[in-house]
Amino acid sequence: MKDMRKVSVTVNGKSYAREVETRLLLSDFIRHELELTGTHVGCEHGVCGACTILLEGRTARSCLMLAVQVDGANITTVEGIAPSEKELHPLQQAFMDNHGLQCGYCTPGMLTTLIEFLQDNPDPTEHEVRVAISGNLCRCTGYQGIVDAALDAAKRLQGGKRA
Amino acid sequence: MKPPQFDYHAPGSIEEAVTLLGSYGGDAKVLAGGQSLIPVLNFRLARPGVLIDINRIGALSFIREADGGVAIGATTRQRMIEGSDIVGRRAPLLADATRLIGHLPIRTRGTIGGSLSHADPAAEDPAVVTALDATMVALSKRGERRVPASGFFRSLLTTALEPDELLVRIEFPPTPAGTGTAFVEISRRHGDFALAGVAAQVTLAGDRASEVRLAACGAGPGPIRLAAAEKIVRDGGASAASIEAAAAAAAAGVEPTSDVHASAAYRRDLVRAMTRRALERAVARAAGGTR
Repeated sequence: MKDMRKVSVTVNGKSYAREVETRLLLSDFIRHELELTGTHVGCEHGVCGACTILLEGRTARSCLMLAVQVDGANITTVEGIAPSEKELHPLQQAFMDNHGLQCGYCTPGMLTTLIEFLQDNPDPTEHEVRVAISGNLCRCTGYQGIVDAALDAAKRLQGGKRA
Repeated sequence: MKPPQFDYHAPGSIEEAVTLLGSYGGDAKVLAGGQSLIPVLNFRLARPGVLIDINRIGALSFIREADGGVAIGATTRQRMIEGSDIVGRRAPLLADATRLIGHLPIRTRGTIGGSLSHADPAAEDPAVVTALDATMVALSKRGERRVPASGFFRSLLTTALEPDELLVRIEFPPTPAGTGTAFVEISRRHGDFALAGVAAQVTLAGDRASEVRLAACGAGPGPIRLAAAEKIVRDGGASAASIEAAAAAAAAGVEPTSDVHASAAYRRDLVRAMTRRALERAVARAAGGTR
């Protein structure tokens, strides 16, 4: 018999309530129940980083959590990063300008990972950026564009603060 | 929907969790951080009838000074441990090791109790508790049981925990003055499981090494205490020659296996190199007073 549970969660500032099977993964909950398909699913065992979300502001793998576990929690997915429909987050703009993505599959996880990283490390070295994204696999770019984008975004975000 | 069906319980208290474990025992799996258990469920390598999620039990998450050492609750996140001042001061080896566990998003969820109960032979936490002679405290309806690290890890992915027992906290002994620590490991990519790693803690008293603690991960079916290597440095001091001899003894004392990631011979060689590096770094920190 299906073990069902109610889940109430805030995602990107919006409240959702659903009744789900307890074995439903958070990644599948976000994509199939909330229809927020920006969060990508790659390996489904915590290795590739594509499904990384921000749980209470901290990065976590959504494929390694059950949907029932986020009852009452606050989540940000890639859809919640940009300030508006018309405007990109400086990190997203830096990805565009530095060829930080090609097929785009790893991009949601790269962005969520780097958002947290740049909050904690506003002026990182290239090495620190590479370590920060070491848990996110990209098979297109060779990472150089992503690293450039992260360093560029760090400058833009700092510039924004000074201005 | 990847995991197989299970009955899900999310108890709010330790008592409730232990009662559930007492009822379901061998048919139940305890879900802590889930960074190892959820992949196992996703691959359907395990099909527990019951899942007991202990993440809602606030009383299992804490770091506090106790008897000169530190006591850590089983569901304390690795991320909380790596940023803890108390751990940095009271159990610096654990702080060193925790930074090497997986990646930051893994440590956001991963717990010390989960890592120890899972007992992956390549994991860092089992090697740390083995080196430090920490005590695992297990609770069941039958009462509390204290298990020293030397008796906790039985074999590959197997611990001394009984099916009705819940690991509730880990107690680390005091770190003496004049101590330096280091955890070093080699992995193909940053954040991957280590091919091999060594935990070292050295206490210097003048030009003598009064206490030496060494343990390896990734070099056998579980964490391995490198007792022969410890004795060489304790008897012979922290000289380069003594460290080199200890590294050779460490390599001789492990039982690595070959797999797709590395051969047994290479892993043995890594244990020698990691022991040397860990000892050198721990001794330098002990001498410099930076732990």
